[in-house]
Amino acid sequence: MSATPVLALRGVSKRFGAVQALTDVELEVHAGEVVALVGDNGAGKSTLVKTIAGVHPIDEGSIEWEGREVSINRPQDAQHLGVATVYQDLALCDNLDVVGNLFLGRELLRFGSLDEVAMEQRSRELLDTLSIRIPSVRIPIASLSGGQRQVVAIARALIGEPKVVILDEPTAALGVEQTAQVLDLVERLRERGLGVILISHNMADVMAVADNVHVLRLGRNNGTFEVKTTTNEEIIAAITGATDNAVTRRRARNPEAAK
Amino acid sequence: MSSDKTTVDTTKAGTAVDAPPAAIPVVDPRLLVREQGFRGYWTEFVRRVKGGELGSMPVIGALIIIFIVFQVANDRFLSANNISNVGYYLAGTGMLSIGLVFVLLLGEIDLSVASVSGLASAIFAVFTTTHGMNMWLAVLLTVLIGVVIGAFHGFFLAKVGVPAFVVTLAGFLGWNGLMLWLLRKTGSLSIADKGPIHLVDQTSFFMGSDIAGAYILATVGVAVLLIGSLVDQARRRKAGVPFRPTSEIILRTVLLAIVSYAIAALLNNANGVPNALVLFLVVLVIGDFVVRRTTFGRKVFALGGSLEASRRAGISVPAIQMAVFAIAGGFAALGGLFIAGQTQTANSQAGSGNLLMLAIAAAVIGGTSLFGGRGSIWSALIGGLVIQSIQTGLDLLNMDTSIQYMITGAVLLAAVIIDSVSRRTQRTSGRA
Repeated sequence: MSATPVLALRGVSKRFGAVQALTDVELEVHAGEVVALVGDNGAGKSTLVKTIAGVHPIDEGSIEWEGREVSINRPQDAQHLGVATVYQDLALCDNLDVVGNLFLGRELLRFGSLDEVAMEQRSRELLDTLSIRIPSVRIPIASLSGGQRQVVAIARALIGEPKVVILDEPTAALGVEQTAQVLDLVERLRERGLGVILISHNMADVMAVADNVHVLRLGRNNGTFEVKTTTNEEIIAAITGATDNAVTRRRARNPEAAK
Repeated sequence: MSSDKTTVDTTKAGTAVDAPPAAIPVVDPRLLVREQGFRGYWTEFVRRVKGGELGSMPVIGALIIIFIVFQVANDRFLSANNISNVGYYLAGTGMLSIGLVFVLLLGEIDLSVASVSGLASAIFAVFTTTHGMNMWLAVLLTVLIGVVIGAFHGFFLAKVGVPAFVVTLAGFLGWNGLMLWLLRKTGSLSIADKGPIHLVDQTSFFMGSDIAGAYILATVGVAVLLIGSLVDQARRRKAGVPFRPTSEIILRTVLLAIVSYAIAALLNNANGVPNALVLFLVVLVIGDFVVRRTTFGRKVFALGGSLEASRRAGISVPAIQMAVFAIAGGFAALGGLFIAGQTQTANSQAGSGNLLMLAIAAAVIGGTSLFGGRGSIWSALIGGLVIQSIQTGLDLLNMDTSIQYMITGAVLLAAVIIDSVSRRTQRTSGRA
């Protein structure tokens, strides 16, 4: 893990009218690190991600990219820096095939026309290096299962060779097998030296793949935990804002459930 | 089209030497992959029909039925002269349909194309007959005006957010009104039968009706398909991606050769290939290239699939929408000139009646979905063939306009029903 973080947020604040969505938020992502971003609904996770992705420019604070300060005002700015975002609702075109979706918006050209052969070849290489199993790269996205679509969406983020990948609830709608596939993929991204920001409500997923967990609560940092040295309870306490809450009370009443 | 190319991967694993063993694609046993050989074509065909991927099958069936019915009713229907007529008259409406295919691929509709085509013929007549402008310059200006009108519609859709249906409905009325205003004094203007207008009139044939003309066209078409397929196959083989087997390329080439030489021979029995049809075919080839082989075409399909996904992929959605409507406007103007060439007049009836419905019906019957993201430029040709065959056949039987309208309406309804049902079937079998 390198000393300078690829991406660092320093004291970021964001307001929407009367709502203070983010207050003085700090976040650091290093190359080859999976950072989980957790928090209750409305904690500001999505807003934070959107500020990084350039959807909502920040009001205060600064964003540092590889140690120097940058401004991200549009989605294109983030893309040029090397931030790729995989949104919760999949941004794929059902009617296009896998190759068409992977290269949508950055098609390879040959003599001014689409180079289908090169795109197909590169798609296969990319899917192979990520060990993604898709029956054929030439079938429409509509024919794929939810898990396969999710891995295609993630693979698509990698076409532009980003340095940081943001995954917004990548396993939310997936089954057991597909979730495992996506988590495998997240680990492979880390092995390739990418910084990964993983948003998830599923603590099991977070504990399985993340290196560090950042907890947001009511738009503020509410603790950073190293997964190796922390427990589920500590994180949940930070998410809910107290050690005495419905979850811990339930655990105390029923110790079996705690396991 | 695309799934044609997915031959069994595992058999190709031997040829892809650079692939490590772990990377050999494991084929999901539930996924239907085509078997090798001709048996494979049959199983693929059955699967497609069951899955609602009907493609051009209903059209070809409909064409055969139409041909049989009209031939039985009047034995002149399949005569060389009548087929030549069908080929000539489908070009004008077909031009409108090409523009509509672009719009339908977006999942939008353009109701103004017929009015714009009528307006174009009036503008052209005013330019050339009233002001004596150069014919070719007038063609250029007229098409340009069509493009601007289309872009104007597109602007309201893309930038203001008015539904295309409403904008183009307003255009349908407004442009028709403008045409009537231009022709208010005389009611009609004649257009000189020379230059571009002579090119698309009914007495103009490819290479001056030389018998070689039709065969040259057929040979060019077949050769382009064969060479294109072989070059593609060689590149794909070299790159180690699945390619079309040689047997399939030969089969396709032979089929196209049979059809095109048969049509060439038939048209040579009349006066040869009408120049209007030749121009139409050239435009179809260019349009097909734009739709399938350029980034612009890919973006049009993407917008038809999902606006939000396209936006997130960095596509400028308003620019593409405006460009597509501009294309539809341009083709409407071009079609208007083709239709004006049929009578060498611009009259106040131009673009009225059922022209709009015929143009939309041709695109939809040809297999372009009304729901966007699915279709091909060639549907303008095959759908146009169905529509024009019905028109010509009913004319031959001296059917009243009232009956013609009812039958055309029924055909349009049938086409839309097939589109909706096949889309539903595709969804239930996970292909839409």
